Amino acid sequence: MITINNISKSFDGRKVLSDISATFDKGKTNLIIGQSGSGKTVLLKCIVGLLEADEGEVYYNDILFNKLSFDKKKLIRQKMGMLFQGAALFDSMSVEKNVMFPLDMFTEMSKEEKLERANFCLQRVNIINANHLFPDEISGGMKKRVAIARAIALNPEFLFCDEPNSGLDPKTSVVIDHLIKDITEEYNITTLVNTHDMNSVMGIGDKVIFIYEGQKWWEGSRNDILDSDNKELNEFVFSSELTRKIKGL
Amino acid sequence: MLVKVFHLFGEYVLFLKKVFSKPEKRKIYLKQTMIEMDKLGFLSIGIVTIISFFMGAVITLQTAYNIENPFLPSYLIGVGTRDSILLEFSSTVIGLILAGKVGSNIASEIGTMRVSEQIDALEIMGINSASYLVLPKIIATMLFNPFLTMLSMVVGIIGGWSVGVFTGVVSTQQYIDGIRYAFVPFYITYALIKMVFFAFIITTISSFYGYRVQGGSLEVGKASTNAVVMSSIFILLFNLLLTQLLLS
Ligand SMILES: Nc1ncnc2c1ncn2[C@@H]1O[C@H](COP(=O)(O)OP(=O)(O)OP(=O)(O)O)[C@@H](O)[C@H]1O
Ligand SMILES: [Mg+2]
Repeated sequence: MITINNISKSFDGRKVLSDISATFDKGKTNLIIGQSGSGKTVLLKCIVGLLEADEGEVYYNDILFNKLSFDKKKLIRQKMGMLFQGAALFDSMSVEKNVMFPLDMFTEMSKEEKLERANFCLQRVNIINANHLFPDEISGGMKKRVAIARAIALNPEFLFCDEPNSGLDPKTSVVIDHLIKDITEEYNITTLVNTHDMNSVMGIGDKVIFIYEGQKWWEGSRNDILDSDNKELNEFVFSSELTRKIKGL
Repeated sequence: MLVKVFHLFGEYVLFLKKVFSKPEKRKIYLKQTMIEMDKLGFLSIGIVTIISFFMGAVITLQTAYNIENPFLPSYLIGVGTRDSILLEFSSTVIGLILAGKVGSNIASEIGTMRVSEQIDALEIMGINSASYLVLPKIIATMLFNPFLTMLSMVVGIIGGWSVGVFTGVVSTQQYIDGIRYAFVPFYITYALIKMVFFAFIITTISSFYGYRVQGGSLEVGKASTNAVVMSSIFILLFNLLLTQLLLS
């Protein structure tokens, strides 16, 4: 479980996040949604500690994370997996080596065990026969799936995904979304996903937080969204012609 | 302006502090160091050889044409070539060339990793990215570059000899006499010490510029240019400093 309290963050005096609090439960796919530029990535980076929040606290299972020393943070970080917006695979390593990398760094497994674990993770995300290809030799959707495999290699307790399906076609997006949701439930992970894709929201959002102009504007489940009368949320959710027609606006 | 310079220097010192913190896993660092030696050292052998050969040749010819005086013995050509190569060329000039080749390579590699979030990916795993990426490069170049200097000395002197004999400005015997005449072995040590410093300058400054890139590929290009310019300036500065310290 992850709890955040009153997170605020400014860049050069410009407030990007103000006073955001929320809890994210174990075994659930928690979505952070909002317009481009609303501060989703900044929020996620504050939670994982890649950025330092100006104010507020981040708790991982009741441990106050953002005030820990680098060495103490390291212990929690080894329980985190993250899928970056551009996959962020190491381009000097093959697919297989990418997935084995966290195992190399943090376990004392034998080579065979590492290989077996890497193959298991790759199979879990349906990457077969690509072990020796390099990141620039595989498609965008495959990169994201390999990045998920790398993120789950160490059996993380917390999984973070920044726009897992940006730049992917609708069908591949659905595959990735469900992969994330299935893994979350299968391994009882606390998962946070940044997205502005309404398909994802309606498909996998156990809990949805809507960020508007750097504030938490609305929170609920995907089913609550359709009935919500929050103006800004409705404008965001029903911004396309298609969704407007469905809602009858 | 001055404030900015101090700020940048402070940032550089903090960066070095992060680089020199305890390695996560020795075995992996060792492996990385080997890989970097191959990439930053072995792959520079070609360029160092070619440049050293031609520079040795040119230095010989220039020395020869400058002392076209019947009263000066021709073994001085060998002496002149030797001293130019040992004192300046195979350390400082090779250092500047490596700043261009290796420096831009390091800055763009690390810069690309920064903008494509690969560095964030390392950090999120709990890895000290600065140390993991940079320490092996520093060790690899500080160990390997002195060999490049020695290679450059040998090839430069051979280059001078072959062109000198080919054009007839000096005979083999005279050239060899010159090379051995009043030879100061410390010049070699001096050149090697300089090169070790230059290796440190090139790798740390270039890594620093790559590591602090923000934005996209345009910034990576700029960082790589800055890395080469700053490494070169500091090489020249330290050349002055070390020469004063070691030879005075
Ligand atoms: N390092 C930074 N320095 C200055 N401003 C920043 C920095 N990072 C983000 N910002 C600003 O913070 C705001 C929020 O950015 P953020 O990347 O969180 O948006 P986002 O919601 O993730 O958008 P998108 O959906 O397009 O990814 C933007 O206005 C951006 O300009
Ligand atoms: Mg974003």
